[in-house]
Amino acid sequence: MNRLLTAVFAVFTTLLIPIDASAQSQAWEDVLGDAKGQTVYFHAWGGEPRINAYIQWAAREVERAYGVRVVHVKISDTANVVSQVLAEKSVGKETGGAVDLIWINGENFASMKENGLLASAGWAETLPNWAYVDIENKPTVKIDFTVPTDGQESPWGMAKLVFMFDSTRISEPPSTLAGLLDYAKRNPGRFSYPQPPNFFGTTFLKQVLADTVANKDVLSRPVDEATFDETVAPLFAFLDDLHPNLWRQGQAFPKNAADMRQLLADSELDIAFSFNPGDASGAIANGELPETVRTFVFDGGTIGNTHFVAIPFNSSSQAGAKVYANFLLSPMAQTRKQEPEIWGDPTVLNVAALPANEKALFDAMDLGPATLSPEDLGPVLPEPHPSWVSALEEAWIARYGAGSE
Amino acid sequence: MPQSTGRPDIPTVLIVTLLTGPVLAGLMGTILPAFGYLPVLGYHSISPEPLVALLRTPGLMASVALSFGTGLIASILSLAIVLIFTAGWSGTRTFERLTRFLSPLLSVPHAAAAIGLAFLIAPSGFLVRLVSPWATGFERPPDVLILNDPMGITMTLGLVAKEVPFLFLMTLAALNRPHIRDYYKAGASLGYGRMSTFFKLVLPQVYPLIRLPMLAVIAYATSVVDVAQILGPTTPAPLAPRLVAWMNDPDLTKRLMASAGALLQLLVSALALLVYLVLERLVSAWQAARFASGHRRRRDGFARLAGLLPMVLIVALMTASIGLLGIWTVAKSWWFPAALPQRWSFERMLDAFGVGGHALFATLAIAVLAAGIATALTLWLLEARSYRKLSARSRVNTIVFLPLLMPQISFLFGLQMLFLLGGLSGTFEAVLLAHLIFVFPYAYLALSDPWHRLDPRYAKAAASVGASRMRIFWQIQLPLLLRPVLVTFAVAAAVSVGQYLPTLMIGAGRIVTVTTESVALASGGNRQVAALYALLQLVIPLAGFILAALVPSLAFRNRAAMRLER
Amino acid sequence: MSATPAHAGLVLEGVSVRLDGAPLFKIDCHIPPGQILTIMGESGSGKSSLLDFVAGFLRPVFEATGRVILNGEDLTHVPAPERHIGLMFQSPLLFPHMSVLQNLLFAIPPAIKSRSERRQLALQALDDVGLAGFSDRDPATLSGGQQTRVALMRTLLAEPKALLLDEPFSSLDQNRRADVRDLVFRLARKNHLPVLLVTHDAEDGAAASGMTHYLNKEQGGGCSTFKQPRVVSGDQ
Repeated sequence: MNRLLTAVFAVFTTLLIPIDASAQSQAWEDVLGDAKGQTVYFHAWGGEPRINAYIQWAAREVERAYGVRVVHVKISDTANVVSQVLAEKSVGKETGGAVDLIWINGENFASMKENGLLASAGWAETLPNWAYVDIENKPTVKIDFTVPTDGQESPWGMAKLVFMFDSTRISEPPSTLAGLLDYAKRNPGRFSYPQPPNFFGTTFLKQVLADTVANKDVLSRPVDEATFDETVAPLFAFLDDLHPNLWRQGQAFPKNAADMRQLLADSELDIAFSFNPGDASGAIANGELPETVRTFVFDGGTIGNTHFVAIPFNSSSQAGAKVYANFLLSPMAQTRKQEPEIWGDPTVLNVAALPANEKALFDAMDLGPATLSPEDLGPVLPEPHPSWVSALEEAWIARYGAGSE
Repeated sequence: MPQSTGRPDIPTVLIVTLLTGPVLAGLMGTILPAFGYLPVLGYHSISPEPLVALLRTPGLMASVALSFGTGLIASILSLAIVLIFTAGWSGTRTFERLTRFLSPLLSVPHAAAAIGLAFLIAPSGFLVRLVSPWATGFERPPDVLILNDPMGITMTLGLVAKEVPFLFLMTLAALNRPHIRDYYKAGASLGYGRMSTFFKLVLPQVYPLIRLPMLAVIAYATSVVDVAQILGPTTPAPLAPRLVAWMNDPDLTKRLMASAGALLQLLVSALALLVYLVLERLVSAWQAARFASGHRRRRDGFARLAGLLPMVLIVALMTASIGLLGIWTVAKSWWFPAALPQRWSFERMLDAFGVGGHALFATLAIAVLAAGIATALTLWLLEARSYRKLSARSRVNTIVFLPLLMPQISFLFGLQMLFLLGGLSGTFEAVLLAHLIFVFPYAYLALSDPWHRLDPRYAKAAASVGASRMRIFWQIQLPLLLRPVLVTFAVAAAVSVGQYLPTLMIGAGRIVTVTTESVALASGGNRQVAALYALLQLVIPLAGFILAALVPSLAFRNRAAMRLER
Repeated sequence: MSATPAHAGLVLEGVSVRLDGAPLFKIDCHIPPGQILTIMGESGSGKSSLLDFVAGFLRPVFEATGRVILNGEDLTHVPAPERHIGLMFQSPLLFPHMSVLQNLLFAIPPAIKSRSERRQLALQALDDVGLAGFSDRDPATLSGGQQTRVALMRTLLAEPKALLLDEPFSSLDQNRRADVRDLVFRLARKNHLPVLLVTHDAEDGAAASGMTHYLNKEQGGGCSTFKQPRVVSGDQ
């Protein structure tokens, strides 16, 4: 009951925020006016029922408060959506595109931005709730894989690579990459990673690269063809060492992070990883992982980033999409998202700077048994430049994914 | 007397346009980019660049070999299993019983069957759990490569399990004709064993009817996407799933390469068909040489048993897979090695029915409309052609089956562009049209034989008492064919429900069906939901087949002659 | 009965059917009302093709020349349902999805609108062939002879102007055969229908007590004797 009251209160505060007597608030009023009655097709990965339920909840809230109808288009791969918008642009469809809002980051964002597939710059920073975003401590809310967002995507949640293990099988989890390799060698067949070009598999490659590369600075720049082989040599040396000890000897791989988590639940694997620090707790709450599962990170830090929502250039419901994006940023929506049994996805807001009532919501939250506290999450390693993604993927496929020819 | 003039009739023109138009346009939309021509994306010149890029792709030959090998072997294996079983057991009680099991299995969509099979045979799957740890000592699943094996053995098995019911029902339909029993009697009276009689007397007569479905199976199996994604190898994957990945790559140049790959896919499937046709020749020549040998092979008990085993195994595997999907829908926690879930939950099932209700309705609407239109068009075409006394086997047949003999991905990319240009992408009508292209050939396949087998003298008798063409169709032909018409409708609906790529690509994500939902959810790790949607995929086709079985029995409950299959 | 007009009856004028250029048969005949022409011939001599040609079902693979004239009207290019030529097959071919009565009702011309009148006609027809009380039966439950009788009445209820009989008695056993055959012939004569009977049973031909024509591909294989109609025998 208490939670309901605070929730109702939070809705009111979100509604009340735009009453800053500024031109911006008038502009936002116009957006709200335009948005009324619009239908927003939100293309977002649909592989996790808990996230789907959260999106559904937010859609209901927005429909009730602002008269905007949000339809979740469940997709299996964000790249498909990029491809869809691209196809629309290529046939000259300038309005009424199929996609109004897209859950995105990294390579896909870079690709859309580069090809001019996104709504004009700056809109994200005009959202009323942008004021709460933690620009200072979370630089990735404005820089997505080294690419400036230019306000073309609005932050939704924070991601950080965390490893999950079952504490009944491992008492002392490894704390470094070398430790992980050592564990895999002592327990062959109990570790794996999703197969690149799956996003999570590529993230694992980036993590290993960040840990092994001689000069970390090269990662923040576009790939240099000339030095690429040399730069990634330690990465592949590590993988060559690891692969014979992988699950199925590296002849098959988990399809994605969710599949890998399922394999952990099936006790096929001892260690799995996730980009969501609250994932393990959420899975435990939903009976998808045993209650004894815990999380660990590397001492030297793990890759972290932010995930966003973006509006394609040819959406005819841009106002509605903005209203939904703004709602997703609201303290109420952000707290709910962070609750382990709802989703467990960390907030992009600066909790310390929030008004007392909203701050209290975050402070009161139980992050769950398997979630590390913000202090224990360790340092964040920045994402390399997006060009590394396809370069690493291609090198990996040529080496391990092409069969023996 | 109506004369067949040079002017083709309306339904023929309509159907040829409906089928060849999109296929050819789609094919053009694939061929041009394959040679570097895609002006809308700024590629204006013809160049071999995409082909070169394709050939440089690591593991390409391995992918091609996998597509070719798994597809061809799975198809031939399926046919062999079906024919040997039919030869040994047709007309027995065992045969009747298995038939009843196999018909509903036809309604299981490929993706759902693959998901169920994966649950069953994985090292942490149900079969291992059943015998662990008490018999195997496994406290943890063994690290054995079963799913996604690099040779594609599991994928082949999955394809066999799915194609056997299809080919079996096609064989059954082919055998369902007058005088077939007499040939068995003739063979037996000449002292031939049951299997020899089938292969020497019966098969040569019915094979022409099984041939086209078999070719469609080969074209499908060599270019399958969903089964390959779930059960197939990934290091590297077969060609078709790799193509889809390239086409969806945000990198533009990959799209050109994907188009070149789609042409390669076309070549691979065509080559597989060709190899099959050559094999077919060789086997029939060998067979013909044996007609005269006089070998009767009366003692075929062992061969019959060998024919029964694979069939029983497949029925058991498929039934267990579907049963397992059922259990997973209500399993909250199910840790290895427990044979049954530790925690049950009906919540998510009810949730999914709430959330999935919309998708289920869209699936139903598309399936019913596509199947209804396809069945009606088929009837129209058959009636018009037989009224004009055109021969049954002609060029129209080749055109009708074109969409089945060409890999979907070889023209679907181009078709997507076409729909986009026409401003139709993402509409219900566009998806319906795309479904029709793939549904119609199956409807025609299912109905044309029963139509041609209908004794033409019924129509003559009706005409001789003055009944008009319309009256003959509505009051004689349609009621007499009610059962096959309904079965056709059910088959067509099942095909529509199974369409994943066309729905996704033409529907632009706005048309959500249980199948697109199911594949999206299968990309996550939640087995409960994945199982639930796999089962939802099954609901509509199953309902169709049950109706097709019930309606005629009810409508003709007082008509003895109508109770026989016709 | 009164003298029949000269053009009354069924005329096959210079009819010749070829398959792949090879002639199957030639025939030139006039069958006056109430008369039966029996056609006999080997298997493959084209008996079925002849019936198909007369009834309007000949497939385009056959090339046919000549005319079919019924009571002075050239039917050669008239669609089958408008020819008013009744057809009986080797098997009775009752529509298996209809009851006996529905089979008969199906044949009654639509000009008879009244429901009760149609029903009355059908019931009367059943009564005429000794099958009163069979109206609601499933055709599959009738014996062969009963089915043939229903088929005959179905043909006659359509008010045909000529009858084509394609070995309609061959499926019956010896005892029934004579009864059913007599019934068919009697009703045909009573209705003044020209009848073309195809059979390979000489007994059928004898019972028809009309002309018999042997179908073959030789030139001039006509039944010119029929060109001058004459009363053969047994006409009332």
